[in-house]
Parts: sequence; C-alpha cells; structure tokens
Amino acid sequence: MEGGLVFIGDLDLTTRKVLKWLMERKPIKDIVEWANAFSLWPVHLMTSCCGVEMGAAYAPRFDLERYGSLPFVSPRQTNLIIIEGTLTRKMARVARITWEQMVDPKFVIAMGACAIDGGLFWNSYNVVRANEVIPVDIYIPGCPPRPEALARAILMLQQRIKSRGITRHDLELIEKNLKLEKVEFARK
Amino acid sequence: MVASSIAIEEISKELIQTRDLGVTEEGERLVELQIGPTHPGSGHMRIRVWVDGDIIVRCDPDIGFVFRTIEKLSENRIYMKTIPLVERPSLLDTTPMTIGYINALEKLMGIEPPPRAKYLRTMLAELTRIASHLYGVGILSIFLGHSTGFMWGFGDRELFVELANQLSGARITYAYVVPGGVRRDMPQSFPDDVEKALRYMERRLKDWYKIFLNNPVIEDRLREVGVLRKNDAVKLGITGPNLRASGVDFDVRVADPYEAYDELDFMVPVAEEGDAYARTLVRFEEIKQSINIIRDALKKMPSGDIIHPQIARMFNPLMKKIYEETRRVKFPGIFASLKPPKGEATARVEAGRGEALFHIVSDGSPRPYRFRWTTPSYRNVILFKYMIPGHRLADLPAIYGSLDYFPPEADR
Amino acid sequence: MASQQPQASQQRLALGKALEELATRLSEHLKGVATKVEADKRSMVINIEVDRSRILEAAKILSSLGFDHVKSLTGVDYPDKGVIELMVHIGSYSRGLRRIMAILRSKLDRKDPRAPTLTQIWPSSELQEREAWEMFGIVFEGHPDLRRLLLPEEFEGLWPGRKDFEIPTRKAGEVEEPWK
Repeated sequence: MEGGLVFIGDLDLTTRKVLKWLMERKPIKDIVEWANAFSLWPVHLMTSCCGVEMGAAYAPRFDLERYGSLPFVSPRQTNLIIIEGTLTRKMARVARITWEQMVDPKFVIAMGACAIDGGLFWNSYNVVRANEVIPVDIYIPGCPPRPEALARAILMLQQRIKSRGITRHDLELIEKNLKLEKVEFARK
Repeated sequence: MVASSIAIEEISKELIQTRDLGVTEEGERLVELQIGPTHPGSGHMRIRVWVDGDIIVRCDPDIGFVFRTIEKLSENRIYMKTIPLVERPSLLDTTPMTIGYINALEKLMGIEPPPRAKYLRTMLAELTRIASHLYGVGILSIFLGHSTGFMWGFGDRELFVELANQLSGARITYAYVVPGGVRRDMPQSFPDDVEKALRYMERRLKDWYKIFLNNPVIEDRLREVGVLRKNDAVKLGITGPNLRASGVDFDVRVADPYEAYDELDFMVPVAEEGDAYARTLVRFEEIKQSINIIRDALKKMPSGDIIHPQIARMFNPLMKKIYEETRRVKFPGIFASLKPPKGEATARVEAGRGEALFHIVSDGSPRPYRFRWTTPSYRNVILFKYMIPGHRLADLPAIYGSLDYFPPEADR
Repeated sequence: MASQQPQASQQRLALGKALEELATRLSEHLKGVATKVEADKRSMVINIEVDRSRILEAAKILSSLGFDHVKSLTGVDYPDKGVIELMVHIGSYSRGLRRIMAILRSKLDRKDPRAPTLTQIWPSSELQEREAWEMFGIVFEGHPDLRRLLLPEEFEGLWPGRKDFEIPTRKAGEVEEPWK
C-alpha cells in the first residue's frame, strides 16, 4: 500500500482539513484557476471618464468578450471591479460597498492615471486614492489608456491567477461556508 | 366569508403600519427607491424616486459622484495647464470645450487665430460631434435592451475616433487647440480618408433607420414618452438637442457664430413633438448636417499659417525649422508665462449636448483669478425633477437615455 | 479669403454699434435701479451692476424685456475688498435678443452674504443657487430647497469656493517623495 493519510477524530474538523488539502492539489487547483481566469466578469460601475474607453473595449473593435469577460449588472454575480478614473469621496463609498458585496474570489483593476495617484486632479479636495479604499491587483497607466491596454491587463490578471493562485480570501470563506449554521451575508 | 375578508384587511393594515413603508402626511403610501450608481449605461449618478405603486410621484437627482473641482484647480495652475482639465469632463466631444476656453482666453489677449486654424478647429469639432451622438445612441440602446444598437453605435464611432487620431495624435483627449491656432496641420491623405468615412456613414445611416428608428418596438417605447413642452423647455433653460426637439430652433453656431461657422452652409434640425422619439430623431439629423459641414469645410479650407504670427515670432530657430518642415507647433516659452491683461471675457460654444459657457476673470497674473464654466448637462439636470413625475417606473430608462445626460460633464 | 475680411470687420463694427444702442435703451428701462450699465463689445455682453436691495426689481424688468433663462449663477470672492460678487449670466431664446447676454452683478457682504432668490422669476436658477450656496455660503432667501448639490456631508460649513480654502500646490522643481 502506498503512503496515505489517515484522519482520526472530530468529523467536522476532519472534513475541513481534507477539503483544504484537496483544494491545494494539482488537478482541482488547475481547474479552479482556469475557471476563474476565463470568467472575469466586471460589474457595471462606471467611476469616471475612463469609462468611455472601457465601453469601447467591450465594443466590436476591441472585443474583450473573447477572453471570457462580460460586463454584468449585479455585484453579487460578478467577480471583477474595474476602477476607471478618478475616485471622488461620494463614489469611494459606493465602490467600497460594491466591493464588499461581491463574492470571493474577487479582483480589482485600477485603470488610468487618476486611479494610481490622482492623475491630473492630484490636488483636488474631493479626490481619494484607489488603493486606500479597496485592495488593487493590477494598475494600468495612461490618460486614458487605450482599450488594448485594458485587454493586456486582463491577460496579465489571468496569468497571475494561474501562477500565483487565487487570493487567500476564498480559502477562508470556503472554510466558513462549511459550517452548517446560517451563512453570514456581507455587511450592509 | 365577509367576516374573514375584513379580518384579512385589518391584519394587512397593521402590517403596513408596523413595517413603516414611508407614509407621507397626506396618507399616501410612497416607497423611496434609489436607482444607484451601479447600473448599466452611463452610471455615476443616483436617482431617488418616490413611487406610489408603479407611478413615480417625485424624483430627486443626486449628483456629484464625479465632482472633480476643476474650477478651483484652475486657480492654481497657469492658463495652458487648464486645457487638459477642461477636456476631461466631457470626454466624448472634447474639442468644443477647449475651443470655448481658448476663445475666452483669446478675447482677453486680443488676438484671433488665422483662417486655416479656424477651419481645422471647426472640422475637428464636427468629427467629435458625430462621435458623441453615436455614443449617445449607443447608451440609449443599452437602456432599451437593443444590443445591436450598442454594438453599431460604438463600432461606427471608432471610425471617427481613428480620424481624429490621425489629425491630432490621440484617440479622445487631443489638446489640439492652443491660444493663437492649432497644434498640428492635417496630413496629406486626410481629406481622402475623411471622404471615405463620410460616404460609409451615409450608407450606414439608412441601415440605422431600418433597425432602430423605424423599428416598431423602439417606436412604442419612445413615442409619447417624456414629453417636454416648449414653454417648460424655455423656462427651465434646457439646451441642445433636447431643446430643439421641443420646437425652439436655438443653436449657438447660428445665433452667435464662432470659429468658421458663419462661412459654412448647414441647417439646424428642429422637431415639434418634444417626446423621446423626437430627441433621438434630432440627433440623427444632426449627424447628417455634420457630414455636410465637414465636406464644406474641406472644400473651402484656406491655406496659410496655423498659428498666430505674434506667437510665431517667438519661436527659436529649431522650432521654426520644425514648423516649416513638418507643420507642427512646438510651444514657445511664452506659453509658460502667459499673462493676459486685466479684465473679464465670456465665450460660448455649442457642444454635442448643448450650450457651454466660459467666463474668465483675470487680474494680470499667470493664473486665472476665477474661471467659471457651465456645461449643457449641468443645465439639463433639472429635467429629472420636473419631467419624470407622472410616468411609470418602467419608462425611466427610456427617458433617461433619450436625454443624453453625461454625469462627468454635469459635475465637472 | 481677403475679400471676406473687410466684410467680417464691418459686420463686427455694426454689431458693436447695435450693442451700444441696446445698452443705452436698457439703462433707460433700468433707470434708478441699476448703478451701472455698460457694453463689452469683445464678449458681446452687457454688464449690469445693481445694489443688493434692487436685485429682484432689476430681475423683473429684465424678465419682462425678454430675457427668459439663467445660464450661470455663481459668486466671485474678493477677500481684500471684503465682498463676494454675485454674478448671473442671463440669456434669451427670443429672436431679437439671442445674440447677446446680460450679466447681472451685485456685491454682497463677505461676512454674511445674503441675496433674494431668483427662482420665482427664472426657474432655471434653482440648482445653480444650490451650488452657489455650497461653494460660497451665499444664503438665498426664499429658496424652496436649499441644500448641498455636489459635495458629500463632510463639507458642511466649509465653503470651498472661497479664497481662504487652500489646496496644495507644488512649485517647479519640487518633488514629493512619500516613501522617505
């Protein structure tokens, strides 16, 4: 008999440990990452003027749907936020609430010079930086960046998912979800 | 039977009162809905509606999600650095906004650009106007669920964005207009490319009529919806195609001509009904008129300088060589320390969505003392408060889309 | 092109004269109400300066003459003179007056700027008065719904449009190094 693992003790705890071990093994990990990479659906949150280039990116000429990415209406059914452009104070609250409503694993792309460090409007009293509000994965420079740059960012995110794996948010949540008590909804 | 139904009524009355659905003083039962910033189409605004059943009773627009305080920022920068600031809000038709700002600045300085520069500015402004109207129709199509309209609108718009790219070097933010003229001359092949694009657009408009404007579903959703009467439009100060669809033929290009518009031949489309269908129809007709203006401008384009001789005198020898060989203007040092004389100046232009007003107060220093500008979408916000009540909730996307309201432009 | 230039400048001279005539006729209508009426030929506007107590009267007279909507309503802050100047751009959609604009100006005291509301005469000024309130602190007496329009709640009581609300500036050659 080959070496294997025998688990004894509490059934609940054992199941959780088995699942965690299984999710980090090769075949399932690859499938999960492939599924995530090719279904990056952004939510319809147009933050500011770079939204015009995002709209053009999902249009016939630069079709981003061939990478699996489709803008969708509800934050509960999407897993990507694209912060296009300047975040003002009022919009930062909305972006944070939308990000919290999304289900793990979720990703954030910050598009444009204004999302990186304020851009043209760096000294305005109504502008906040994107990474102080939600954690950002990929930054795209430009003012506004060309739609090809957005396509490249999505490809970079896909490669990152495949090489580094999905973020640690999701493993903890899977552990949490295994509890047979009531599931917690996101804080309102 | 009767006793039990009365009992059910009493129970439900209790439930309604304990659940506090928002009973107003008159005893009506109103529910407040927030159509928030996360929605398809041009988001970044929140509309709060109070509904009684299905009918909207009151509506309050909540704007300011993209308020970037450009008027305050311009007091801290020199005049040239405000040009990209003025471009960014109305990102679809950027050229009329920069034309307006530079017109006000040129009135302060007392100079006028050479004729060729005026024609080049006009041509670029009309190219961006066509792109802006196609964007507006695309967004209306998303609201109505007509995905082909969205794809066609954005696909056809790419043609004109590429033409502007050839002329100025960038897709949507050109910074093409400088005080005294323009920054670059048009390349050799430009008139042929423009003619090809215009011929394509004329053929395509016939297809647009077949699938969009003469489509029975679209007609049902847009006719007699969101009617704006002529008196209300004048009283509320509405501008742009929304005003012209209600019967007032006011267009700044005809009423107070700027740049080369008084030498070009075009008409101003006006409709009488004032409903959402009329607004969309006026936009399509304006695309046709813009095609005529571009053809006329290309035919009548004068030759000559593209920058005012007073500024050309301040070029150093390298800049002069580049200007004569490639017709590109490299900015001389005067732009970094431009000090217009003390005074005030006002200018207005017709952007894609209506009339934009620019007012500069200068006190002789390199920074403006006060820069005030009003955009057409900012003047149209009041329609949300006064035109929407009385309609059913399902008509709200059709009305919102037909107004062609762009929130970054309204918030500046 | 050369033949059109004298035509254009002749047109401009004629327009300038018409503007001055209009300014004189307006100053007759506004006799006793306006302190100064003058034409600005470069921008094709007529500047009308009134005292704070006569704003409503002047507005009623202008509205009866054909000016039917407000294009822009804002304030200009002059801290060294101790005034905030209320500046209203008024326009008209009627055929004779389309070409020009009138600017109604009035100086308000900077410590307690108050002005009568113009919404009864021109309904198009409703949202613009809200913005002028939140930027400069000008209280419009009689406005049906004076609250913030563009800014979130944390700016209540701060008037960002005034000159004493400062924003950071960077001088030439200065570089920020937040990592140090």
